[in-house]
Amino acid sequence: MNFLFYAGKRFLQVLPALFGISLVVFFLVHAIPGDPADVILGQRATDERVKAIHHLLGIDRPLVVQYFSFLSHLFQGSLGTSFYNNTSVSSLIAGRLSATLFLMFGGIMLALLISLPLAILAASKEGGARDQVVRVLPIIGLGMPQVWIGIELILLFGLKVHLFPVSGFGDTLAQHLRSTFLPSLSIAIGLSPILIRSLRAAMLEILEADFVLTARAKGISRSRVMLSHVVRNSIIASVTVLGVNIAYLVGSTVIVERVFAIPATGGLLIDAISQRDYPIVQGVTIFFALVVVTVNLLADLIHAALDPRVAL
Amino acid sequence: MKSQRFEGKGIVKRLNFSANTALYSGIIIIGLLAIVAIAAPLLSHYDPIGQDLENTLIAPTRHHLLGTDQLGRDVLTRLMYGARIDLTIGILAVLLPFIIGTTLGLISGWRGGLFDTLVMRVVDTTIAFPFYVMAIALVFVVGAGPKAIIIAISLVGWVAYCRIVRAAVLVAKELDYVHAAKLSGLPTSRILRKHVLPNVITQAIIFSMSDIVLSILAIVSLGYLGLGVPIPTAEWGSMIQEGQAYILQQWWIPTIPGVMVVITGFGLSLIGDGLVKRLNK
Repeated sequence: MNFLFYAGKRFLQVLPALFGISLVVFFLVHAIPGDPADVILGQRATDERVKAIHHLLGIDRPLVVQYFSFLSHLFQGSLGTSFYNNTSVSSLIAGRLSATLFLMFGGIMLALLISLPLAILAASKEGGARDQVVRVLPIIGLGMPQVWIGIELILLFGLKVHLFPVSGFGDTLAQHLRSTFLPSLSIAIGLSPILIRSLRAAMLEILEADFVLTARAKGISRSRVMLSHVVRNSIIASVTVLGVNIAYLVGSTVIVERVFAIPATGGLLIDAISQRDYPIVQGVTIFFALVVVTVNLLADLIHAALDPRVAL
Repeated sequence: MKSQRFEGKGIVKRLNFSANTALYSGIIIIGLLAIVAIAAPLLSHYDPIGQDLENTLIAPTRHHLLGTDQLGRDVLTRLMYGARIDLTIGILAVLLPFIIGTTLGLISGWRGGLFDTLVMRVVDTTIAFPFYVMAIALVFVVGAGPKAIIIAISLVGWVAYCRIVRAAVLVAKELDYVHAAKLSGLPTSRILRKHVLPNVITQAIIFSMSDIVLSILAIVSLGYLGLGVPIPTAEWGSMIQEGQAYILQQWWIPTIPGVMVVITGFGLSLIGDGLVKRLNK
């Protein structure tokens, strides 16, 4: 019951944010200077043709009217249609979604693979030599631009040693996995500093907990307690940390896909902005924001389900 | 158990020692970078944007310690001038969000009520946007350049300060001496300035160190996407982007600007960590 109440409350909190998002996106997009009609017509632009195009696209109506029509389409699940090729924005996003998802999940998986062992290593002896070393890593990692990590990985594992392709997305599942490995690794290296810090702090806190003391008092070895009690609990902590940083993660994919020339959702956005294709810009931005809000909500709900104290 | 506690004390001592070391090493690193940035015209007689098409992509020599790029420009010189741009914008871009966020957080946490609810809803909306998605759109609105970067970072960045300060105010306003100040009839503005702010600003200052790193990363990433400081101005991000094409022959051209960012980030993080331990004692 408590959980349901909590879930309901969290869901209601999301609604104003969703409204705010739609507002921000709509007016932001319309503040981008330049006229889509000019881009469509190019040299052939005359006043009449521009007017006709404006009417066709519906951008001669007052902004408020445009906003409400955008909102009502949104409620019907439609993100609009591209100004240029008459394709629906949702299908454009869908076409590129798999690459983005590969990058996101790859990034999360690799980030956990990097961070969990390091955090365990550090937390198992606070203040020890290993802890000191692990604590320096995030300080260095936090300052690495992800584009740069990507380029260095291309140099090392793509060009010097031909282990991975340096660009593109491939056609088969195996190719997808291979070509998204280096980009995912760049994202993971960028995400790890935050993850290592939070996981280490979470583990240290759990190590102080009564149930760990009890387990130790019962004679269970330090390393077993670490693996079965502490690590399992800190997985809960990493769900939250990942939830909080989902916006950062999504943003990373936009940057990194550019370095590796992967046709993912971020490129759609950048190309659409330069073409003044409002519906695409709106659609992609809203889509990203929705992903962030949904994942945040899910992370909170998972956290509450795993740890009933949260919902209290 | 006893031995563990003893061990604990030892750690605290060591950390205190390293707190000062961290702070001073950080200040030295950033200080050196700042000196190089300011003195760039004295340290190099090359023009950071002047082309020399007869000497393109040459390997490091005595005259060009890091060689030249595809337009014959001295890489070391561009690196030093780049420090000017990236450090200046990085710091400027944090200043505005710091002021706006701290002020809003202070008022929001102190007053609560409708104002607080409104500010928090705006915060929720803003953090729903991935920073780079928002920044890319804003750069197109304002037009690429330092101004756009500062506006984009400011519009998103204030949120962090607002949340940090608001949380700290919620704690601080229940403290005894704040209650005492209230009861003695001091005007609210004075209580906020003299009693609450000094207590809550520490965490905002500490965060601002890593925030400068984040904003430099943003400048570099936008520069890489071609949405940052317009070329040919020497800027680390566009140097990485332009160098990517020559990575097989001249790996250092895109690599070293990134190393500079890492060093800058390392220095600022050291300062931040040192401050945490000093101020929180």
